[in-house]
Amino acid sequence: MVQIAHIFKKEFKVYFVSPIAYFVISIFLLVTGWFFFTPFFLFNQASLRSFFALFPIIFSFIVPAMTMRLFSEEMNVGSYEILLTMPVTYLDVVLGKFLASVVFIAVMMVPTISYPITVSLLGQLDWGPVAGGYMGAVLLGAAFSGIGLFASSMTRNQIVAFITGMAICFSLTLIDKMLFFLPPAMLGFMQYLGAGFHFQNISKGIIDSRDILYFLSVTFVGLYATYLAISEKN
Amino acid sequence: MINVEMLTKYYGNLCAVDQINFDVRKGEILGLLGPNGAGKTTTLRMLTGYIRPTSGTIHVKDYTIDEHPLEIKKLLGYLPESAPLYHDLLAYDYLDFVANVRELRGESKLKRIRKLTELCGLNEVMHKPIGELSKGYKQRVGLAHAMMNDPEILILDEPTSGLDPNQIAEIRDIIKQIGKEKTIIISTHILSEAEATCDRIIIINRGRIVADDSTGTLKQSAGGESLINMTFRNTDFPAVEKTLGSISGVSGIILVDDQGESLSVSISSQSSSDIRADIYRAVKETDWILLDFHQESRTLENIFRELTKEN
Repeated sequence: MVQIAHIFKKEFKVYFVSPIAYFVISIFLLVTGWFFFTPFFLFNQASLRSFFALFPIIFSFIVPAMTMRLFSEEMNVGSYEILLTMPVTYLDVVLGKFLASVVFIAVMMVPTISYPITVSLLGQLDWGPVAGGYMGAVLLGAAFSGIGLFASSMTRNQIVAFITGMAICFSLTLIDKMLFFLPPAMLGFMQYLGAGFHFQNISKGIIDSRDILYFLSVTFVGLYATYLAISEKN
Repeated sequence: MINVEMLTKYYGNLCAVDQINFDVRKGEILGLLGPNGAGKTTTLRMLTGYIRPTSGTIHVKDYTIDEHPLEIKKLLGYLPESAPLYHDLLAYDYLDFVANVRELRGESKLKRIRKLTELCGLNEVMHKPIGELSKGYKQRVGLAHAMMNDPEILILDEPTSGLDPNQIAEIRDIIKQIGKEKTIIISTHILSEAEATCDRIIIINRGRIVADDSTGTLKQSAGGESLINMTFRNTDFPAVEKTLGSISGVSGIILVDDQGESLSVSISSQSSSDIRADIYRAVKETDWILLDFHQESRTLENIFRELTKEN
């Protein structure tokens, strides 16, 4: 278990010694800032609902971009061999890398706390949905990290890992917006599969165990698939 | 120390390692020799637990690799071919990470890193990203990585490949220095390297062991037979064969080259005494013109070539 912490520390450090972190954080802040504040004064509402509504789509791009290197780069460079011949288990490796990604996402969102603070100065802000939104964002980030990690463990090509991860995350985000194509019998099921649907619930400030369970199970499935992929590969 | 039994590895249909057996004793420096693609790296990867064997067992001390991979990994230090490291990290950060994973803490961690920096000559590059280091320095960082936990067994996969002669000498010195107290397995396809550093040599070809002996014995068995190369003018092969074939000690005469005016032959001799004097006397009787006359003692290289020849 101690090894998870060491692997986490190393991966987290690598994010910040290379330019990836700064790029990703800048893009995230630019995109969310722009799309949130452009129509903000037109709505004339002191709410961050439209801000959090952006998260599923933005995370579908940004999270796979951060997880794509976690395994692919190591397998490509060969440092994977060095990592696995040290006294660590596959589980240590998977969880260490996963934690690095989740903590990075949390750090990435820290500067956006200035948004609710600004909004609360302009009007009556209800902090409940804001707290729910951030919690949902971390859960969403964790679920997408699991998926991205799995995509990365399947290939040594980072671009392929990114596109695969993005495709899966994007499908999960958009699935509940495509429901009108489907026969009524499948509606409930397909809606339940959609990440966007569950995230919306949480970001309204409604903490429902079903939504939390959804994100936790997606995370678990992603991590378990990653674990299987890397332990069966050799 | 290490015991390998019937170790086999298939990649799909391709058999990379085919039922090999060997033992490594404590304190031995073992050289794993073979042409490219012979199965050296695969064997080492199975020893270190990076890939799983298709069948066969590996015992290290009292552990088997299937049941106690973690315990074995704690005993081993491994440097993969061409030292693939984390390019973004500084050399110091990298060694610090390795030390942490190897469960070194606080003062002892710093001491160990300092000692390895000294031993591998890394002082000037500790603050540089690994990706910017030259190949030689990367290799040394890799060596420091492999020795971090002061392992009982050190496994080095082609530690000198791609280095310049000076760097090769430096790496060899380091290996010799640490080899005094450690069990070391080195894979290489450079024969002089194996000859210079190893106590014992295993030659692998196409996944099978074709020779396994101490370096001295291998060289001796090679030295039993010597080759004499000669080049003549003004004669033909049957005449040479007839004249020189009758000398006692000559076991065979092979035509090497018969183009243009000169004729090259290679004479093999089994006798322990030097037959060059007899050959000289025999040639003196004739009117042949002797252009070249030299003896070549069979070295490790000849054995290696013979054992790993593609048929």
